[in-house]
Amino acid sequence: MNPELLTPGGANVRAVHDAFHGDLLEVSMGPHHPSTHGVFRMIVTLDGERIVKLKPVFGYLHRNHEKLGETVSYLGSMPYTDRLDYLSAMTNNWAYAIAVEKLAGQPVPERAEYVRVILAELTRLLNHTCLAGFLMQDCGCSGTPLMYAFREREKILDLFESLSGSRMMCNYQRFGGCRVDPTPAWVDATRTLVGNYGAFLDEFEALLTGNEIIMARTQGVGVLSAALAINAGVTGPMLRATGVASDLRKSDAYGVYPRFQFRVPLGAHGDVYDRYMVRVLEMRESIRILEQALAGLPGGPIMDPKAKLRGFRPKAGEAYGRIEGPKGEIGFYLVSDGGPNPLRYRVRPPSFINLTVLEDMCLGQTVADAVIILGSVDIVLGEVDR
Amino acid sequence: MSDAPTPPPSPAHQPASLPAITDAERAELRRHGILLTSLQELYTWGNSHSVWPLNFGLACCAIEMIAASMAKFDIARFGSEVFRPSPRQADLLIVSGTVTKKMAPQVVRLWNQMPEPKYCIAMGACAISGGPFKQGYNVLKGIDRFIPVDIYIPGCPPRPEALLHGLVQLQEKIKGFTIKGPDAPRHLQKADAGEYPVPEFGARDLEPPHNPAVWSAPTLVRAEKS
Repeated sequence: MNPELLTPGGANVRAVHDAFHGDLLEVSMGPHHPSTHGVFRMIVTLDGERIVKLKPVFGYLHRNHEKLGETVSYLGSMPYTDRLDYLSAMTNNWAYAIAVEKLAGQPVPERAEYVRVILAELTRLLNHTCLAGFLMQDCGCSGTPLMYAFREREKILDLFESLSGSRMMCNYQRFGGCRVDPTPAWVDATRTLVGNYGAFLDEFEALLTGNEIIMARTQGVGVLSAALAINAGVTGPMLRATGVASDLRKSDAYGVYPRFQFRVPLGAHGDVYDRYMVRVLEMRESIRILEQALAGLPGGPIMDPKAKLRGFRPKAGEAYGRIEGPKGEIGFYLVSDGGPNPLRYRVRPPSFINLTVLEDMCLGQTVADAVIILGSVDIVLGEVDR
Repeated sequence: MSDAPTPPPSPAHQPASLPAITDAERAELRRHGILLTSLQELYTWGNSHSVWPLNFGLACCAIEMIAASMAKFDIARFGSEVFRPSPRQADLLIVSGTVTKKMAPQVVRLWNQMPEPKYCIAMGACAISGGPFKQGYNVLKGIDRFIPVDIYIPGCPPRPEALLHGLVQLQEKIKGFTIKGPDAPRHLQKADAGEYPVPEFGARDLEPPHNPAVWSAPTLVRAEKS
């Protein structure tokens, strides 16, 4: 320190400020940090309170998912897909099943397609509800929204548990159908839950959507432009919050989605508030899809009778199966050499690719905003690091 | 006058043996509004009912840990609702998920930063042994290779009820501690290491691959041929 800075009466505040002005501070957030939703690490360089550089550090939960997928059979990978994005196991199962069904040319009965849509939309409700709760926790509303969200999550998990036997890790889809046929009682219970979910969303939104503090905290924060989002390969609610109409349920029209009437909600500003709003509106549309799917659930077999489970060896070739998961496009790329295991097994994780624009959203924001921007990306580390 | 030696006087302040009080007598006293207890009981009672966990989630099990702290399962009934973000304020490390080799040094460092008395729960198959990811090249095959684990909760992931059961088991374990002697908890024993060595993320594996003070490879015992 320059001794001239110290005047006889004490430190010259202005001189000290001038001497240190522009000095940067490097802060390491994570891997153990309550805001990082797991074991994610950000090395944030700060100028005062503003972020001038943000470097993400990955790999603290790298569990060798893809390598393990090459060492176990096709069906053996199904339980591992549960643990990718552990908040939405059912959609991971479905995306993987679609990839293998494409590889093997396996048809799926109509009832199973309906059940898959019902489970995927329930998963979307579950995931978006929990995300809204966690996001509000990051904003500083400690407790209440997350308590509400987890109350509803337990109701959906009870349905999953009664159907598949497990709360979180459902392992439910099979190549050519689903593992268990839902009973009429299960369908009735789902109908009751879907009927009540709108009232919960009203309650949730009354608490949050028009809340002045949340609007001040999230509007105009973490703005992502549509051009950057498209160039970076961002998908899902994050892309739609920037105003780009892109939804695989409409554009790919996989499963029986073309039979249902639903809208794709879009944002206008691409900020944290829009990302929250798009997810809430998507939940409303999910309820519409669920009502239609439950009303039109056909009878018939849940598994294709010709589907082969044991000794499953698809022909040599490659396939890419993808669906619109709650976080974006979740896809599985498989290469087969005719053996019982895939030759190459690759996951396209939506939250990892959405996370690549984190620095662009955070530059110039304050460090407290980085926490809610990360929260609005909706990452799950099991999927990011795999 | 007999020449028999007089017995040495017994110290008045220290009777040879305290008369044991039975549970029935204690209940009777409690009924009259008299609480009779010992320092040890008071210590373990206070310890066991205010176990504050560290707010530290690793993987899938962390979601069930959060679920256990929410309204339906309500971990607050057992005095553990205060999840502290700082290891300096926490008593319990719940290792909730897969510990990778990149993460293991940080977990040990967090354990070292926690003040005694502290306890560790290995929640889920991954924290116990590597679980379904045991074959992976980057997965630590059990956190007990580096830090002492008090309670193991199997499951993938364990239900929130299982976590609560594990917590109650931990409370029972704490209530069994004495202040002195061989049953004393780790931090009251002279041989306590205090700091646990933090492994380094080396080129091939963690260095050292395990802490010999807390874990050693199990010896294989082959059945004799009859």
